[in-house]
Amino acid sequence: MRTSPSHASQAFFTDRTQRWQVLLQHRGMFKKFQPSTDIVGQTPVKSSVQRGIRSTLLSSWKIDTETLEEIWPKKESIVHVKCRDHLSIYALHGEPLFFQGHDGPYLPTVRLLHKYPFILPHVRIDRGAIRFLLAGAHMMCPGLTSAGGWLPPADAALPAGTAVAFDAEGKEFAVGVGITKLGTEEMRAVNKGIAVESVTYVGDDLWALQKL
Amino acid sequence: MAATVDPTSTQLEKRATPPVQMFYCGVCTYPPEYCEFGNSLSKCKEWLQAQHPDLYEKYYSDVALKAKLGTISQEAQSRLEEETIKKEAKADAKADAARKKKLASQVIIKRIERNKRKFVTSIRGLEAFGVDLKKAAKLFAQRFATGGSVTKNAAGIDEIVVQGDVSQEIYDMIAEANEDGKGGKKGLDILKGVLIDNIELVEEKRKKDTEQ
Repeated sequence: MRTSPSHASQAFFTDRTQRWQVLLQHRGMFKKFQPSTDIVGQTPVKSSVQRGIRSTLLSSWKIDTETLEEIWPKKESIVHVKCRDHLSIYALHGEPLFFQGHDGPYLPTVRLLHKYPFILPHVRIDRGAIRFLLAGAHMMCPGLTSAGGWLPPADAALPAGTAVAFDAEGKEFAVGVGITKLGTEEMRAVNKGIAVESVTYVGDDLWALQKL
Repeated sequence: MAATVDPTSTQLEKRATPPVQMFYCGVCTYPPEYCEFGNSLSKCKEWLQAQHPDLYEKYYSDVALKAKLGTISQEAQSRLEEETIKKEAKADAKADAARKKKLASQVIIKRIERNKRKFVTSIRGLEAFGVDLKKAAKLFAQRFATGGSVTKNAAGIDEIVVQGDVSQEIYDMIAEANEDGKGGKKGLDILKGVLIDNIELVEEKRKKDTEQ
C-alpha cells in the first residue's frame, strides 16, 4: 500500500520542504476537489497514532493543551479521511479539523482557523491580492511587502516552509492558509515571485466541505 | 458555596481559550466581509440587511466603504467592482442553466422482469437531483427488506437496483418525501428535491431468446 510510485521519487528530494512544495503543485490543493471521487475512504485513527498527532500539533501550532482539548477532546476519536494523492483530512464528528498533504505539516482548515486565529503565525496580503487568493493563486512577494500587506518583523522572521495564516488588508478574519516558500526576510529582499503558496482559502472545495 | 465554585470555573476558562464565535453569510457562506469577493454580492447584501441590519451597517455603511479602500487606488477599486458585477452575472447564468437542467432531467423507475414472477426495480437519474445514491439504495433496501445496491449499468451510469417489484412503492416514497407543507417523513429526507412530475414508471419485459 505504501509502495506507490511517488514513494520511489522521494529519493530525489532530500529536502523535506522541497518535496512538500512539489507535492503541492502536483495536487493543486483543494481547487478541484470532488468529495465523491477524490475521497478514498474513512478510517478511525489508532489511539497511539492519535497521541502522535496530538503531540505534533502541540509542538507545531501555537496552541496550549487546554485549547487543543477544547477543539479535540481527548476522549473523542478523530477520523482519518484518505483522499487522492496522499492527502489526508482529519475530521471530528464529520467536521474537517485539519489536513496534511503527504507527510507535510498539519494545517488547520480555514473554519478552524477562524475560531482559533492564534494557532498559526499570520501574514497579511493587500487588498488587491485578495481576489487572486480567492481564485486559488499563490501569493507573490509584492502583495505582502506593499503598504497594505504585513510581514512579521525581522526579530520574528519566519523561515521558508512555515505554515501561515493569510490575513487581508482591512479584514477582520483570516482568508486562507499557506506555506511560505521564502523566508520572510528573503521576501523583503527579493520582492519578486511566489512568496507563500496558498493551500486552502475561503470558498475553495475544502471550505465547501462542511460535513464529511 | 458559590464563591468556592466560581474561581475554579474562571480558572478553567483562563486556560482554554474560547473559540471566536464566527458568523458566516447565509448566501455565499463566506464571512460577510468577504462577500464582496464572492459571486453573489447583491444577494448577500440583501440577506445581511434583512437578517442582521447591525452587521450590514458595519460592512456596507459609507464610512466602512471608505475605510475599506485602504491603500488600493480608486481606479483599481472601480475595476474590482466592475469585475464583481460581471462575475455575478456569470454565476447567475450558471445557476440558471443548472436549474433548467434539473427541470429537464428525468428519473426513471424501471421494473425489470427477471424470471417470470420475479422482478428487480432499477431507479435511474436520482443523482441529478442531488440524491446520495448509496444512501438512497440503503434506504430502499431497509424499507423493503430486500437487496438494494448501486450498480453501473451498461452505459456506465450509476443506478440503484432493488430486488422485487417495488416501483410503485418507490414512487410513493419519493412523492411523500417531497410533499409540500410537510417536512417529509422521518428518514425520507435523503430523497428530497426530486420533482415528482419528472418521474417515469416503465416496465421491461424479458425477451424470450435471451433466457438463460
